[in-house]
Amino acid sequence: MTHPYLALTDADRDEMLRTVGVGSIDALFCDVPAGVRLGRELGLEPALSEQELFDHVAELASRNADMGSELSFLGAGIYDHYVPAVVDAVLQRGELLTAYTPYQPEMSQGVLQAIFEYQTAICELTGMDVSNASGYDGTTVTADACFIAKHATGRTKIVVTEATSPQVRQVVKTYAPGFGLEIVEVPHRGGTTDPDDLSQAAEDAAAVIFQQPNFFGCLEPAPELATAAAEAGALAVVHADPLSLGVLEAPGRYGAAIVLGEGQAAGNFPSYGGPHYGFLAAREAFVRRMPGRIVGETLDAAGQRGYVLTLQTREQHIRREKATSNITTNQTLLALGGLVYLTWLGPQGLRELGETCLSLAAYAKQRLAERAGLEPLFAEETTFKEFAVRVGRNAREVVAAARERGVHPGYALGRDYQGMDDVLLVAVTERRTPDEIDRLAEVLAEVAS
Amino acid sequence: MKLLFERSQPGRRASAIPRHEGLPAPELPESLRRSEPPRLPEVSEFELLRHFTELSTRNFGVDTGFYPLGSCTMKYNPRINERLAALPGFALLHPLQEEDAAQGALELMWRLQEILAEVTGLDAVSLQPAAGSQGELTGLMLVRAHFAARGETEQRRKVVIPDTAHGTNPASVTMAGFELTHVKTDARGNIDVDDLRANVDEHTAALMLTNPSTLGLFDENIEEIERIFHGAGALMYYDGANLNAVCGISRPGDMGFDIVHINLHKTFSQPHGGGGPGGGPIAVRKLLEPYLPVPAVVRREDGGFGLDYDRPQTIGKVRGFTGPFGVFVRSYAFMRMYGPRLREMSEVAVLNANYVLARLKDAYELPFDRLCMHEFVLSARALKREHGVTALDVAKRLMDYGFHPPTIYFPLIVPEALMIEPTETETKETLDAFCEAMLAIAREAAEEPELLHEAPHARPVRRLDEVRAAKQQVLKYAFAEHLGPEAPSASVAAEAPKGV
Repeated sequence: MTHPYLALTDADRDEMLRTVGVGSIDALFCDVPAGVRLGRELGLEPALSEQELFDHVAELASRNADMGSELSFLGAGIYDHYVPAVVDAVLQRGELLTAYTPYQPEMSQGVLQAIFEYQTAICELTGMDVSNASGYDGTTVTADACFIAKHATGRTKIVVTEATSPQVRQVVKTYAPGFGLEIVEVPHRGGTTDPDDLSQAAEDAAAVIFQQPNFFGCLEPAPELATAAAEAGALAVVHADPLSLGVLEAPGRYGAAIVLGEGQAAGNFPSYGGPHYGFLAAREAFVRRMPGRIVGETLDAAGQRGYVLTLQTREQHIRREKATSNITTNQTLLALGGLVYLTWLGPQGLRELGETCLSLAAYAKQRLAERAGLEPLFAEETTFKEFAVRVGRNAREVVAAARERGVHPGYALGRDYQGMDDVLLVAVTERRTPDEIDRLAEVLAEVAS
Repeated sequence: MKLLFERSQPGRRASAIPRHEGLPAPELPESLRRSEPPRLPEVSEFELLRHFTELSTRNFGVDTGFYPLGSCTMKYNPRINERLAALPGFALLHPLQEEDAAQGALELMWRLQEILAEVTGLDAVSLQPAAGSQGELTGLMLVRAHFAARGETEQRRKVVIPDTAHGTNPASVTMAGFELTHVKTDARGNIDVDDLRANVDEHTAALMLTNPSTLGLFDENIEEIERIFHGAGALMYYDGANLNAVCGISRPGDMGFDIVHINLHKTFSQPHGGGGPGGGPIAVRKLLEPYLPVPAVVRREDGGFGLDYDRPQTIGKVRGFTGPFGVFVRSYAFMRMYGPRLREMSEVAVLNANYVLARLKDAYELPFDRLCMHEFVLSARALKREHGVTALDVAKRLMDYGFHPPTIYFPLIVPEALMIEPTETETKETLDAFCEAMLAIAREAAEEPELLHEAPHARPVRRLDEVRAAKQQVLKYAFAEHLGPEAPSASVAAEAPKGV
């Protein structure tokens, strides 16, 4: 039986083999030495029909508790922000969904113009001069920034604050030996980074990386940290939450050299960790050191405006071993989701979203204190949409007990930080309601301390 | 057409954000508060949809038509995969969800690992790398870890790459901190084994090879190559970009490779989305398993599935969480639709390529006259010499016939290269129509070369000036100062495109 994804009839095959001049399909593989052939059928389960496939995979999906089926306050880098239906509608357009990288610009004006618009939106958000077309995620773009900083400064030390996402730090450390980089971590003091500590560590550093809001949800003294980096001659690299940038200052305004981050919150579903997009924007001075695709505007032979991949002499297919990165495939479709989402929000919506997150998170802190007697771990610090609380016993046990009551209360920070076994990181996005926050407080009153 | 930003009108919006009465006011210290709002577009929801719908009509995907872009494997991307990846149990699943509440996702990943191990003929799989090039880099990190464990870090500095390699291979070698050794291609399109012997010694860490190569040719000396590398104590890395040729026929593990990356967005139907996402899992031999990224997806003794972080020799993490899960759902679905019939998929891919090759090889030059695998490389060198028509001209003219052009000017060792990969999913009628177009273009090159120089004629834009883009560096919208869609044409007439 012909497979539904294959199109040749038996008659087609016979005729085509005749045109090729061979007697059988096997004869086409005459260059494959007998010694390296499999010589048996692949040991895989038999082919399924689409209907059987659907039932099987839907059954697997049904065994997960997702953020729609469980009241969830999980965050720690991936957030439950609402993704509007227009995002799905655009991303499912086959002309965009099923295109390859736009190597041939006359075939790809849709994707190219969209990336140009995305680059503009990212520059507006971050206050930077130039954005690339996206990287894999918020972790790998940070490693990319280290590579930029090494070559821009000729230095090999990278400073990263301990209050930066543990996953980001892990990925940077994994890339470091190949890049010839040394990674130095700066501890936090009471939930944020002390500019004096950072100043000391930044000496001879290529880059200083910090997260705003940081992994604990606290707002760093970002202008002072960026200044400390600049005074040491290091690049200030800010890992930012894109959805905070309607209410928080654009890092470009306080001296950041590179602004990057995880794009998921802006227009992508959590999807168990991916695919998402990492955004990376920089000052003009670094444009020739940027990794990955960049789209530029030009004219066609008739003088019409159009868009192309540009500055390609940075890239692997031309520069090969001297390229600024090996990246080829990026996350264009997810970045397109980001563009649709940011446009859906608009400047007003972005600000309101930030304000709603701030208010709801403040309300959650209040309720946890009043109802459950739980105080924020870093009570002195301002937070955005996420905050840490001590729960008086092992936080993983609290998570388990709360989940039995249908609430996932947040991330157990002891998984990443010593001395925080009894700390929960609670994320509150615009998806949560005051009633749901009351429910969280009720449940934590029952299961904490 | 207009840019989004040119459609913007102050006061329009598409979103409504929930606001609640009686909550604490949003408070921020003055020093951290945004001073000026970002100039994001202000449009209604319907206008937003129309803008992107119009953009989509100016784009060509494999859903639109034939897309024989060599080494990119532009096959049909089944729609059921989209429906499955969008199931709430997957799309809304948080990556830090407790393991007991993510069993379906973990089982899917574990099953995908098992399938990839069988298809590659290797022992252990990590799904974490985000794309092929990151798979390469991860693989080279494993090579580094392997020799570090043997105290040979300083000794094993060289990675061998043939001159037909994808550009990502040398770039990955640099990023992983190794040095490059190039080897040549012989007259039959195989690696030059004599050159190889002269270049492989106790300083060699690994070979990186695509097989079939970017010429679309299976290396006939693969067994000898394996003896040379393993004989020197080096490892072998397989670039899986061309795996679509050999599924169920010859597995990288059977060929002797120790590390493989698989491009889920090529062989296993993840739509490429105009540039990504992709997926670049790696499969390795047992001896390299301890170094794989964490967490590993494992099946526990009680039959449940989990994430194992306890891998003391791991290289670390190369990406957040466990990888691009939505891509795994799509590729898993695709592979379950085939099962052992993946062999048939590769057979048809190879038949289609050979059929198109047979029909075109008299009109275009064939640098290596052999049967091909899933793709082949022609040269427009003769057209250039005789009629001044380049591979670029041929590519642009193909657009007027309604086809996406092949990969051009690659591999680098073939002048005026046209690299054609039809894939298994096309009908014979489509292949014939493409062949007719290529033959017609070869005739046009002789009769009306101007038609080709000026192509495309039937796309939303004419040929674009890439040199101008690189010089002027307009990389974002400049608001009030931005040039409109219709530029004054007098000044541009003098600046004819120069090609890439």
